[in-house]
Amino acid sequence: MRTFWALLALGVLAVPARADMPAQCQVARHLVEDNLRLPSAASAIAAKHLNVLVLGAGSSVLPGPGGVNLAYPERLRLALAETFPAAAVTVATDITPHRSAVKMVESLALDLRRQKPDLLVWQTGTVDAMEGADQDQFNQALDKGINIAKAAGADTVLINAQYSPRTESIIALGNYAEIMRWVAVQHEVPLFDRFAIMKLWADFGTFDLFSATKNLDTAGRVHDCIGRLLAALVADAVKPESPPGQGGQ
Amino acid sequence: MAPVTTDRDLRLDLFRGLALWLIFLDHIPSNAVSWITIRNYGFSDATEIFVFISGYTAAFVYGRAMRQHGFIVASARILKRSWQIYVAHVFLFAIYLAEIAYVAHSFDNPLYTEEMGVLDFLRNPDVTIIQALLLKFKPVNMDVLPLYIVLLVGFSPVLWLLLRAPSMALIASAAVYALMYTFGWNIPAYPNGVWVFNPFAWQLLFVFGAWCALGGAKRLAPVVSSRITVALAAAYLAFAFFVAMTWYFPRAAALLPRIIGDNIYPIDKTNLDVLRILHFLSLAVIVVYFVPKEWPALRSRWFSPAVLCGQHSLAIFCLGVFLAFAGHFVFTEVSNRILTHVIVSLVGIGVMVATAAVLTWYKNVERGPRPPTVKPGFAGGDA
Repeated sequence: MRTFWALLALGVLAVPARADMPAQCQVARHLVEDNLRLPSAASAIAAKHLNVLVLGAGSSVLPGPGGVNLAYPERLRLALAETFPAAAVTVATDITPHRSAVKMVESLALDLRRQKPDLLVWQTGTVDAMEGADQDQFNQALDKGINIAKAAGADTVLINAQYSPRTESIIALGNYAEIMRWVAVQHEVPLFDRFAIMKLWADFGTFDLFSATKNLDTAGRVHDCIGRLLAALVADAVKPESPPGQGGQ
Repeated sequence: MAPVTTDRDLRLDLFRGLALWLIFLDHIPSNAVSWITIRNYGFSDATEIFVFISGYTAAFVYGRAMRQHGFIVASARILKRSWQIYVAHVFLFAIYLAEIAYVAHSFDNPLYTEEMGVLDFLRNPDVTIIQALLLKFKPVNMDVLPLYIVLLVGFSPVLWLLLRAPSMALIASAAVYALMYTFGWNIPAYPNGVWVFNPFAWQLLFVFGAWCALGGAKRLAPVVSSRITVALAAAYLAFAFFVAMTWYFPRAAALLPRIIGDNIYPIDKTNLDVLRILHFLSLAVIVVYFVPKEWPALRSRWFSPAVLCGQHSLAIFCLGVFLAFAGHFVFTEVSNRILTHVIVSLVGIGVMVATAAVLTWYKNVERGPRPPTVKPGFAGGDA
């Protein structure tokens, strides 16, 4: 039965993205935060527009000429455009590989002035863990980024590190993931738990995250699901009342 | 192979052995079996047990040496021991390098371009290896030995003071802990950041263990065995258990009053959060209350595997780090099923026990027919 759904999902992926979430993505749907509001994004959508800024490092892009179209920021834009057909959705990106949270906050102020986003999607944590960055500084950078985004009228969604089985015994994500979780709780901003979602996919065998490959097929599907799940998170968070586990259209 | 039996407190060996097993299970990333380890049910984990008991045994062994042979001889022996641990650390680093060099060589995936950047340091081994020798480069899961080395190197004057004015030594240790929090002391690491286990913080548990070994435990006995203390400890453990459950069942988090959450988080492992110390102390109170020193079961066959491991803590710790690397390798290269996790965990512990048994055999053979009391270093197992 699962094979059938997987095949069906592959079929769905072959055509241009649709609002129905493929089974592969749906598997992890319950891991997406569903009880926090995004007020700025909600009022923007009510006013028929939605400007998103994705601030991130190397795991927010895919390599190669087609990488930009396959990576989750573009997938998020497509999914949001389908979810909110009445709104003009834009997704701006400020993505530089190998950039710590402290460095991202430095460029965030300028981004906020230029892009005037309603929603900041902030992917961080991996580079800081790789460099063993100072944990207090990491914590303060997150606080500062969320605060200046709020002051500029943008909601924030945090995205934590990827689940990367091969480098798990080399990169100690633990403390940085914890800090992100508690910063999110304190500021009442949603945390998109990319680590847990990808771990679930790896455990269920939804996606093969273990094999060595140069091919972008799996990476593209993973990013597509991340984009769709992010859009589902936004959709839940801008609805006044949404029963948990529903939504995503 | 029966554990070495002298008049020592076998509870130390037992719980250090158990701590070594738990550290091994926790060190394999994403190990399903690590659900059983104590870090999931409260604030502290096996590291506290390990550091406390290491302080206890260090004071037991070198305290006797300092009384019998003086400051210089005892200090020389302490430094020799820290040198051994340093060599062990470098040995583990060599294994670590081999593992990641393999990953760098064999793995390529466009999804993980960023993460593979962590291997860039292989391009400048000149810097990395020097930094590792200086204990500033900190590979994952290899943070305990540098802490242990630093604690032992600084232990001679502490021990000297502990033997003369134990209360003063304990107060001084607490003062260093307080100053660490006030001024943010820690040791810098490479390429940036600080030590994962802050020695200025963790020394408190080590010195407290040493203090207990040198008579403090006897002084505390009336307090520890009182029903009020036991009840408080049990209540605190129950509280920590409830908080830990909110990590896994977010709906339960709503039951945790916000004011508590705001005050307890983040629970800082690097600087040995007070909540962690209290959790460890509560565990210790419960254990001391329910497991008496002369409990016959401590000498039974059932506990001897853990006791054996606890008696060779350095070797078994290093082996555990290596086995954790190897276990993770099996998960990524062979199979990632739950059954594999269980088998790898059990086989790993089995290898640790077998190695400890062989080491005990070696020790007995090398000691020859001499009576065991001649060798003071032996009475407390490895320091």
